[in-house]
Amino acid sequence: MSDTAPARPATAEAVARGLRRRYAAEQRFRLYGMAAIGFALAVLTILFATVVANGWSAFRQTYIQLDLPLEAADIDPDGTRDPAVLSRADYEGLVKKTLRGMFPDVTNRREKRELYDLVSSAAAFDLRDAVLEDPSLVGGTFQLRVPASDDLDMYMKGYIRADSPEDERRISDRQIARIEALREQGRVETGFNLGFFISGDSREPELAGIAGAALGSLWTMLVVLILSFPLGVMAAIYLEEFAPRNRWTDIIEVNINNLAAVPSIVFGLLGLAVFLNFFGLPRSAPLVGGMVLALMTLPTVIIAGRAALQAVPPSIREAALGLGASRMQMVGGHVLPLAMPGMLTGAIIGMARALGETAPLLMIGMVAFIVDLPKGPLDAATALPVQIFLWADSPERAFVERTSAATIVLLVFLICMNLGAVLLRRKFERRW
Amino acid sequence: MTRKMLVLAFVMAGFAAGAAEARDQIRIVGSSTVFPFSTTVAERFGKSTSFKTPVVEATGSGGGLKLFCAGVGVGHPDIANSSRRIKASEVEMCANNGVAEIIEIKVGYDGIVIANSKKTARYELSLRDIFLALAKDVPDGSGKLVPNPYKTWKDLNPSLPDTRIEVLGPPPTSGTRDAFVELALEGGCRDFDWIEALRESDKNRYKSICHTIREDGAYVEAGENDNLIVQKLEANPDALGVFGFSFLDQNSDKVQGSKVNGVVPDFDEIANGNYPVSRPLYFYAKKAHVGVIPGMAEFLAEFTGDRAWGEDGYLADKGLIPMLDEEREAWRQKAIGLAPLAM
Repeated sequence: MSDTAPARPATAEAVARGLRRRYAAEQRFRLYGMAAIGFALAVLTILFATVVANGWSAFRQTYIQLDLPLEAADIDPDGTRDPAVLSRADYEGLVKKTLRGMFPDVTNRREKRELYDLVSSAAAFDLRDAVLEDPSLVGGTFQLRVPASDDLDMYMKGYIRADSPEDERRISDRQIARIEALREQGRVETGFNLGFFISGDSREPELAGIAGAALGSLWTMLVVLILSFPLGVMAAIYLEEFAPRNRWTDIIEVNINNLAAVPSIVFGLLGLAVFLNFFGLPRSAPLVGGMVLALMTLPTVIIAGRAALQAVPPSIREAALGLGASRMQMVGGHVLPLAMPGMLTGAIIGMARALGETAPLLMIGMVAFIVDLPKGPLDAATALPVQIFLWADSPERAFVERTSAATIVLLVFLICMNLGAVLLRRKFERRW
Repeated sequence: MTRKMLVLAFVMAGFAAGAAEARDQIRIVGSSTVFPFSTTVAERFGKSTSFKTPVVEATGSGGGLKLFCAGVGVGHPDIANSSRRIKASEVEMCANNGVAEIIEIKVGYDGIVIANSKKTARYELSLRDIFLALAKDVPDGSGKLVPNPYKTWKDLNPSLPDTRIEVLGPPPTSGTRDAFVELALEGGCRDFDWIEALRESDKNRYKSICHTIREDGAYVEAGENDNLIVQKLEANPDALGVFGFSFLDQNSDKVQGSKVNGVVPDFDEIANGNYPVSRPLYFYAKKAHVGVIPGMAEFLAEFTGDRAWGEDGYLADKGLIPMLDEEREAWRQKAIGLAPLAM
């Protein structure tokens, strides 16, 4: 015992010596942590900044104002105003004639072609629709704002530079002169690109929109929600509250966890083999896409649901049972309402993941060029990430900005969904 | 909740059954090279007629023809695009599944270019140079094969620059790669008489010599996305890239196509057949579906009209290289007359 006395100062000294080292170690550890988070944030910022920088210009579009003389002799010579006659008239010819009228000096074929190329091919179709809607326009002069062609749009946005050599750009010196002339007349304007949000896909970048893909995603997600949420919640309740603990439930649990980690393309193959080939459901339909993605989301919903149920304290269950409630009443009236916010959060996060999937959709024909907007879960449709993929693969330069713009839209969707999940949890979550 | 679910399931199943019976939309599958042209026609067709816009899927030529040949009826596609001619085995597969009469339409041509960044000089290659640069095994001059020893372009042809061989191209799953191997590599390979002689005597060996691309890093598989290859070429002026003509056409300010056998890849040279690395594009339609799926005959007429595939048509704007007038007219007659393919 006598030799402990001299040891005490030595211990204090050792502690004092070590203290500094331990503080330093802690400081370093915190720095590493902050560096890791800082790095992640920096990469995320770079990603967002690039996407936004590339994509914001797609929300604006160049338009050309045309005064189209709608002579009755061209459109409806007999004066019947019959829609069949009106829809057959040569509107493309009318648009070309108007353009030639604006530049009377254009005579040879090549120059004419260059002139026509300034205006989007949609001009003729827009004009037809306007005339069909209001046949009284025939005979007067009609002012129509038509989208400019993608090359002109790229020039106006500065992606094609006038000072580069002529043979290296898709727009000729003559065309640039014409654009500037139109600009002086106040006929060229840049405005909000509404078409991007309300139209379906197109091969012409100036006409392509994401509405078709967004609607397709919406139908798909609706099917996913309807299928995976009730099934997932019921499976979670049964496994957590009613099922006996034996080897069978263990096997089921292992399988559910495994399923959650299966690559998504496998679910696509399953969809192709079962839903399309065996049940004969239509190709490219959001119904099938939703069914495949619901299978993919189901394990996530079940696992999140079980975790939410486990978080409800046993005292709630015991109190309910003690007051004479049946097990059914106990779960339905007390446990489930308390676990619901957690379950919803799990479902939303699972669906957010499903929203970004392309691989399983490839197998069931949803990676396709579809112009018409899907009106229901059985119409052919594509999805937002697929649209991004298809545009990224297109040769036209103007699709570059549209690819980024579609990415922005998808990101906004995802952020909204994840924010919704966080808010739900904040609002309803209870801690014990 | 369970009862609602059951009702819902039944309603959905009912919808599905209804949809499977009737289809009022043309379905097109197949080659991703024909995809841009097929979709352009589909869009115009949907806008200018009262029919629904056809749905076009890019599944690749082989995959598309497989779906196409799987049977007759609304559950199967009506048209298959292909960047090569249909094979006899595929016609047979079609026939076995009841797809007896197929209408074949040649669309036009597509050129495959070997391009580099405009920051460096244009390459002037021959098919022989391409073969020597990219084949896995090359002849050593004494009638034997050695693993490709060439590191720089100058090694294989003293007139070429002294830069490392680095070619970015599509992976083996791509139709562009198949066509590049068949037209460029095999074309250069046949320059050697003894290999050419093998074509008759030992076809397998001939194919393995001419069709195998080296795997030591000189040929880089850059994915199916041609835009990506263009971007990489811009970043790396020493590399060459292999992709379709329409991407060169759209990016002529960034990249230039190398001369092959002295011919520049441009619209006219590909159309008149002088540029050696070009291939015909086709699509195939089911005659049994004409009159069953609304708009089939009209779609064929739209595709083969001069407004679409003519020299000044809207497909030429998209990078398709049209056939000459008389050839176009002959194919148009086949399309309008619904003349079935005879092999």
